[in-house]
Amino acid sequence: MSERVKPEKIRCDACPVLCYIAEGNSGACDRYANHGGALVRLDALTVIERSDPRLVPFMEGASPDWDGDIVKGERPFITAVGAGTTYPDYKPAPFIVSQQIEDVDMVTVVTEGIFSYCGVKVKIDTDRHIGHERAVVYVDGEPIGHMMTSEYGSKMLSLGGVDHLTGGTKKEGRVTCDALLRLCNREAVKMTIGEAESATSIVVQAGRAPVINGDEEKLMRVGCGSAAIGMFAKQWFDHVDEVVVVDDHITGVLSEHQAGKMLDVPPTGIRIRGRRSTPGRYFQVAEPGTGWGGTDIQDPLVILNDFKSDVAWPGLRLLMISTTGEQYAYFELDADLTPQPTEIPSALKTTADRVSENCEPSLCSVLFMAGAGGSLRAGVTENPVRLTRSVREALTHVSCGGAQAYIWPGGGITVMVDVMEMPSGSFGYVPTPALVAPIEFTLRISDYAALGGHMAEIQSVEEVTKAELRKLQQDADSHDPLARRNFRWPREEER
Amino acid sequence: MPAIAALLPCGTRLHLQHGPIDLIIGAVGERQTAFAAAKKRFTGLLEELVAELPALRAEMTPATPRPNGEVALRMDAAVRPCCDEGFVTRMAAVAGGVADTVLAAMLAAADLDKAYVNNGGDIALHLTRGQRFSMAMAGHDGNDLGRIVIGYDDPIRGIATSGRHGRSLSLGIADSVTVLARNAATADVAATLIANAVDLPRHSAITRVPANTLDADSDLGDLPVVTRCARLAPEDRIRALHAGKRRAQELLTRDLITGAAIFLQGDSVATFAPDTLSQRMPEHA
Repeated sequence: MSERVKPEKIRCDACPVLCYIAEGNSGACDRYANHGGALVRLDALTVIERSDPRLVPFMEGASPDWDGDIVKGERPFITAVGAGTTYPDYKPAPFIVSQQIEDVDMVTVVTEGIFSYCGVKVKIDTDRHIGHERAVVYVDGEPIGHMMTSEYGSKMLSLGGVDHLTGGTKKEGRVTCDALLRLCNREAVKMTIGEAESATSIVVQAGRAPVINGDEEKLMRVGCGSAAIGMFAKQWFDHVDEVVVVDDHITGVLSEHQAGKMLDVPPTGIRIRGRRSTPGRYFQVAEPGTGWGGTDIQDPLVILNDFKSDVAWPGLRLLMISTTGEQYAYFELDADLTPQPTEIPSALKTTADRVSENCEPSLCSVLFMAGAGGSLRAGVTENPVRLTRSVREALTHVSCGGAQAYIWPGGGITVMVDVMEMPSGSFGYVPTPALVAPIEFTLRISDYAALGGHMAEIQSVEEVTKAELRKLQQDADSHDPLARRNFRWPREEER
Repeated sequence: MPAIAALLPCGTRLHLQHGPIDLIIGAVGERQTAFAAAKKRFTGLLEELVAELPALRAEMTPATPRPNGEVALRMDAAVRPCCDEGFVTRMAAVAGGVADTVLAAMLAAADLDKAYVNNGGDIALHLTRGQRFSMAMAGHDGNDLGRIVIGYDDPIRGIATSGRHGRSLSLGIADSVTVLARNAATADVAATLIANAVDLPRHSAITRVPANTLDADSDLGDLPVVTRCARLAPEDRIRALHAGKRRAQELLTRDLITGAAIFLQGDSVATFAPDTLSQRMPEHA
């Protein structure tokens, strides 16, 4: 047997030029490339094939001409990924595809929009302090966005937007565009939040846990400190005299908390540094940070003042735990009523583990948000404002790469979509700088004609699927842009 | 993949694509007839070129025999006067030659007031009295580099842009060179030659590799093409730009081109004055 040597160049037969293409390069047309010895089309359209793996024939051995498909299964939905855009006019025209769905002639206008007005909203599941509200988010020293609010167990970032893309320096625009592109294509982006000494370094990647100052975040908190007391009071009170759940937001204290009172937990004389809100609930026990429960502390005892000598007793058992259960410490008071670290009893350790067990894994979520502007709408219809109205009236359904897009109320077509729901590699960019993202408008042929659609450009789905395509199976649970429920048609008008 | 012909959504422009050729065509006048003629001429055009490809990719000298095809003849005619200016192949005029050929077919079939065939930035023009064609020059980073307005009386029917950030490989470091000439094929080869001349031999800021390591079929063979050029000192930029300008002046003196504008790292020189009124970013939304 002679050894097979993998040819390092391949011959592209996509057109008569017959380029020899080396590994990693593209041909003269920039449309076809050698990807690990295989010829790939770089701008392939992505088609999501509708097929539901949960559907099975309800009768074994049923008539062979029935394929077990009880809905209009196997119907492809043409996405705009790789459709190309009409701006700046050197790529093929977008596709306008017709197909019959539930006896309604549907049109999907498929285009890749160029979005100067775009950005991402990022939700980072963490209790750690990663920056104050309004802190600037930097990539490569350029401002690309800012911290928004703290939400329940998470922090929100707003990145990109036209002011960063085109309103600042050229470098700011380029770095912002690049960061948005990578976030949208589910790649990791390293950013810095805030200034100088107080800056936090964070790595954000859609669908992955955030990495904060070099540590990968693992769990979302089970609840705030007060909620944690409420949830676990019953499991704790048999094993311990006092529990403090350390939380940057609300630190909970079992003996003072309503839940402790209900269980007749006696007072322990504990004194917490911080501002008391209601009994057993304390604000601002420490500064925000990346230590216990989103505070800056590494040693939990620093939030305690001396125990009241007339209430506390030697041997008092104290558990201190963070809101994720990742940090905990057990103490007993000595003769001087000073907490001494002591080995944690196993029953109590089980409750600590249960706190972390009840925490959800920490993730970064990236939602792409953009406005479909004048030129994009003009690609769809000759009378762009009618498209906006049609979207408002729910006659036109908007999706991005086949994924469900949330349309903001109010004027214009401002969409928001979870990049994890979209096919991988859906996004591109132009040097303006701006992002290129797929967007599909699906509506009835009659509605399309009524709003001044480019009727002459309509192709059948069969014609489009003859071309080279990238086909993806549709997830059974994922969004179906062609479903009847997306549209607000009156019953009698369906046909 | 067969050739593709499609009206763009505006309904007034035709897109023709086959392999590496991408044409955007506009016409004012008997548009339908002109578009039909363009489509007809485009059919088989790439095959016609490919038949003579090895000869067209070879270095051209005054002794090189003429080719057969119409596009190849236009390329030959454009490159022949320049083939004593250093290494050049007739492929330097391929984009312009295709644009000129398709425009000629449209004009033979239809009465048009104004028309253009844009082959990826190399543009063949037709203008009748009173008509004007205006074009924006854009940098590879999207910067607006100014406007060019061409009228009926200007002896210009071809515009081409070449440089390091285009589809072809370049021997020089120019970001872009835009040339105006009597047809697109001539503008195309001139832009290539001027871009090649914008150079600083053996400068440490410039990285070069043999062309055939990037593209095995490159007509430039193992000539060193520029893959990277670091930020240059102002005096180096001026020196490189003026090397390009000298080449442009030679071509201008020989009446081969009407004008050229050369751009390098934010500096530029021109033998015509681009109207740089607008420096704002283009808007998409």
